[in-house]
Amino acid sequence: MRYLPLTDGDRRKMMDRIGISSIDELFQAIPPAARLHRPLNLPGPLSELELTAHMRRLAAANRHVDELVSFLGGGAYDRFVPAVVRHVVARSEFYTAYTPYQPEVSQGVLQVIYEFQTMICRLTGMEAANASMYDASTALAEAAAMSCGATGRSRVLVAGSVHPEYRRVTATYLAHQDREVVTVPLRDGRLDRERLEALLDEKVAAVLIQQPNFFGILEEVDGLADRVHQAGALLVVAADPVSLGILKPPAAYGADVAVGDVQPLGNALSFGGPYAGYFAVRQTLLRRMPGRLAGMTTDRDGRRGFVLTLQAREQHIRRERATSNICTNNALNALAATVYLATAGPHGLAEVATRSTQLAHVAQERLCQIPGVRLAWEQPFLFEFALELPKPAHAVVRALLDDGFLAGLPLGRFAPQWERLLLVAVTETRTLAEIEQLAHALERALQA
Amino acid sequence: MNVPEDLKYTVEHEWIRLEGNRATIGITDYAQDQLGDVVFVDLPAVGQEVQAGGNLAVVESVKSVSDVYAPLSGRVVAVNELLKDAPETLNQDPYGQGWIAVLELTQPDEVQGLLDAAAYIQHLSGA
Amino acid sequence: MDGKTQSPPAIPHRPEPLIFERGAPGRRALDLPAPDGPLPELDRLVPASLRREAPPALPEVSEPEVVRHYTRLSQRNFSVDTGFYPLGSCTMKYNPKVHEEFVSLPGFSRLHPYQPAETVQGALRLMWELEQWLCEISGLHRATFQPAAGAHGELTGLMLIKAYHAAHAQPGAPPRDEILIPDSAHGTNPASASMAGYRVVEIPSDARGGMDLDVLRRSVGPRTAGLMLTNPNTLGLYDENILEIAALVHEAGGLLYYDGANANAILGISRPGDMGFDIVHFNLHKTFSTPHGGGGPGAGPIVVTEKLAPFLPVPLVEKEGDRFRLVYDRPQSIGQVRAFYGHFGVLVRAYAYILAMGPEGLRQVSEDAVLNANYLLSRLREHFAVPYDRPCMHEFVVSAAPWRRLGVRGLDIAKRLLDYGFHPPTVSFPLVVEEALMVEPTETETLETLDAFADAVAAIRQEAETDPDLLREAPHRTVVRRLDEAGAARRPNLCWPLAGGELTP
Repeated sequence: MRYLPLTDGDRRKMMDRIGISSIDELFQAIPPAARLHRPLNLPGPLSELELTAHMRRLAAANRHVDELVSFLGGGAYDRFVPAVVRHVVARSEFYTAYTPYQPEVSQGVLQVIYEFQTMICRLTGMEAANASMYDASTALAEAAAMSCGATGRSRVLVAGSVHPEYRRVTATYLAHQDREVVTVPLRDGRLDRERLEALLDEKVAAVLIQQPNFFGILEEVDGLADRVHQAGALLVVAADPVSLGILKPPAAYGADVAVGDVQPLGNALSFGGPYAGYFAVRQTLLRRMPGRLAGMTTDRDGRRGFVLTLQAREQHIRRERATSNICTNNALNALAATVYLATAGPHGLAEVATRSTQLAHVAQERLCQIPGVRLAWEQPFLFEFALELPKPAHAVVRALLDDGFLAGLPLGRFAPQWERLLLVAVTETRTLAEIEQLAHALERALQA
Repeated sequence: MNVPEDLKYTVEHEWIRLEGNRATIGITDYAQDQLGDVVFVDLPAVGQEVQAGGNLAVVESVKSVSDVYAPLSGRVVAVNELLKDAPETLNQDPYGQGWIAVLELTQPDEVQGLLDAAAYIQHLSGA
Repeated sequence: MDGKTQSPPAIPHRPEPLIFERGAPGRRALDLPAPDGPLPELDRLVPASLRREAPPALPEVSEPEVVRHYTRLSQRNFSVDTGFYPLGSCTMKYNPKVHEEFVSLPGFSRLHPYQPAETVQGALRLMWELEQWLCEISGLHRATFQPAAGAHGELTGLMLIKAYHAAHAQPGAPPRDEILIPDSAHGTNPASASMAGYRVVEIPSDARGGMDLDVLRRSVGPRTAGLMLTNPNTLGLYDENILEIAALVHEAGGLLYYDGANANAILGISRPGDMGFDIVHFNLHKTFSTPHGGGGPGAGPIVVTEKLAPFLPVPLVEKEGDRFRLVYDRPQSIGQVRAFYGHFGVLVRAYAYILAMGPEGLRQVSEDAVLNANYLLSRLREHFAVPYDRPCMHEFVVSAAPWRRLGVRGLDIAKRLLDYGFHPPTVSFPLVVEEALMVEPTETETLETLDAFADAVAAIRQEAETDPDLLREAPHRTVVRRLDEAGAARRPNLCWPLAGGELTP
């Protein structure tokens, strides 16, 4: 067994030292009825050679986004990942370490987390950010729960334009805390501000929006924070980090909490995970924030160093009264995001966001020239947009697969009335030529 | 362990300085020593009503968190703002500058239930 | 063995500036291709009122600077690949290298979660088969991969318990709102219970380190929703009364939740389902060798009995003929605890590990893990107090209380071990043992490594007798020495401030 170093000779020597003659003597505490009296019914063992062949076959049974031209988004994006990012994340000094409980030998991870926190603060305009959450959906759910704790209220309003899976996760979390999530209906693909007005009362802890929203549309945020704060509630904004290369940071329009997913920052699509969520707050909410935090301090010789800090908020100390049960964060994904942001720099990130936005608008205009295809909602958008097709979107997507396209996300899976809507995402990795090819393929598919 | 004669105490290691209908409250030298380096004190709001035995404040050290219970019922009339910026004061001067809050008592007869210095010392030696 | 100290791994002592302190305006490490045709001006596309005034103040560095900076940071880090990491309850075992190649195959890494099912049959097959295998290993019925970590699995499991009781509530009965948790439990257990809206009832340990049955008997009742237990528990001991514990909780109408943090001791030997548990979470990053990533990502899939399966989060992978699909239409489901399907990249590694080991290999994993732990305990016991003296499972807890007469605490021993090139055990946990050191060697360490570690502890014991300050001031050979944690918490510096003249945030 290639990962197990003990030889039979080693085992005998060790049992002699312990004073036992059979390994079973170590398992005497297990009552017979709780023992397994047969081998596990599992395949294997496989040699590395056999295993590699098997895994390659399994991978080859998938069609990936290097084979298919992808216009899929909806929370996960095919963005360019510089080789540097993969190189750093593959350093086993990073990936085979655990949580930096011994700071003297964990300065690498701790400094990375501090740099990550700083970069997230600079993107969002917030004053504090944590070491990361599992993903955007759980970050949003935790933000909702934190807002309830901070305000002493138990109802959260979430815009119907927030990602349906994020909304569902938030609702699942809060349902078990005797808290309530109320969805503010859509109006023309955006948060309905009038309906929000009607729902915003003294029971509301927070208003949750996404910017750009699930449909890629830019929400109107003018005066929103003021209105939410007047009601004594907090404004929580889920924001794609690439969009923040060109969009106003959430703190600048009054948000109290900013969350999002760092997948687009150097993390592989990987069929939905692992990604990492970011979580950033204003100073006043610092001590209510879930998750780990790295802080800068000095050692006994006066040298700069980093530690996990404000740990009294966390589960291993506060137990049932912790701000959250989160223990593991997604440090390696946060590392990828940190290296990506360092690589991109201010102008690189702005360029990635700009190029995606430009290509998306070319694509939208071109696709809407096709008879029967139109924008689902005429609203300003960034790099993702919802089209209304003359046919069910899932059938169209299936047809375009044969032409080598992942044409977008059919929205009917989230609501039956969206059956003919297709969410199209365009990143900097697409070209005008590919957009033109997609348009041709779509034209043919709709004529068929 | 320093246990001033002129104060009252609880078995939860709080001290109480009584002045008329008012009580200044803090944690004892023993308590601060047990906690270690105090890094944050979550203070009550001025005006807040507290019941004897209810939560008054929370004291955090690097690796622990402890409730400070209200030893008496009353209304919070002052809190020690100094602790917000310098929580270490609680370690350095627990009976002086490290006080936590002042209560205006609503049930003054509860004072009968407090320990005097001798009784608290006895409690410590039994602990 | 002569007790000589081994040299610590070479770690550069040069301070490494922050990435924000490197670089110069105008440098960059990312370029995009020129567009293949004209593009519209951004100003025409996005209203100015929504645009930021200047790009975010990120570092401006070239590619060589990025590589050198993060490579140097990596060298300031202890890891399984650089040294022995006997961190109790964390199962820091070797992470097979070939797994990293598997996750990098474009057929896995370059899959979008919303691709049509016919384009991801390999990925769905992997998830479906891994589910079957985890069911077999746990002795349970169905699994979800959504939970991103152990604590997330706990939260999900508790939600299932709640959903189950809600569906089976008797009219007029008191609410089942209490979760029983032993005092030796991980902090995540009570935190998860409280996050799921439960009241926590703590059950003390008995003299043998198991759960106190008398207290348990008094504590179960009509308000008991369930019991959370790690078995072997955090003292590294298998609870001999597990069947009785399960019966007591079940008779009271409660459910049993198995915290799989310590499952490395029981593979192919004792299955949680056979112990009587209804729900199990596995930490794939512990038991099934996926790397810990510097603190994540892990994965915390949960496996449940047939009666709890209807409540699992959506989607589940179903097999129809030889095709696989994701099924969302499950009316009794609690909903979703994460977007998409979980940490797929972590699942790929765990799948490969189980296949590499096979049934005999997995059993050997647990036997060797338990043997290594008992051997190391036999070598360390002369230096410590052993609070519960019986064969341990994959880890053990000793108390450094006897060192107190030398003015030395468990933390000082831990810090001195760093100078010897070892990662220390878990310190100060579990809470029920004073000056606890929790040691988990894992099965992937050699006898020579265990001996070298034991020799180091013996040498440190000598130092404690003659020069306790050497321990109290340790570590001496690391890139930084003990850090001011109180100062860090009193005046938190969590974010590098912008210097004058830099770009605005």
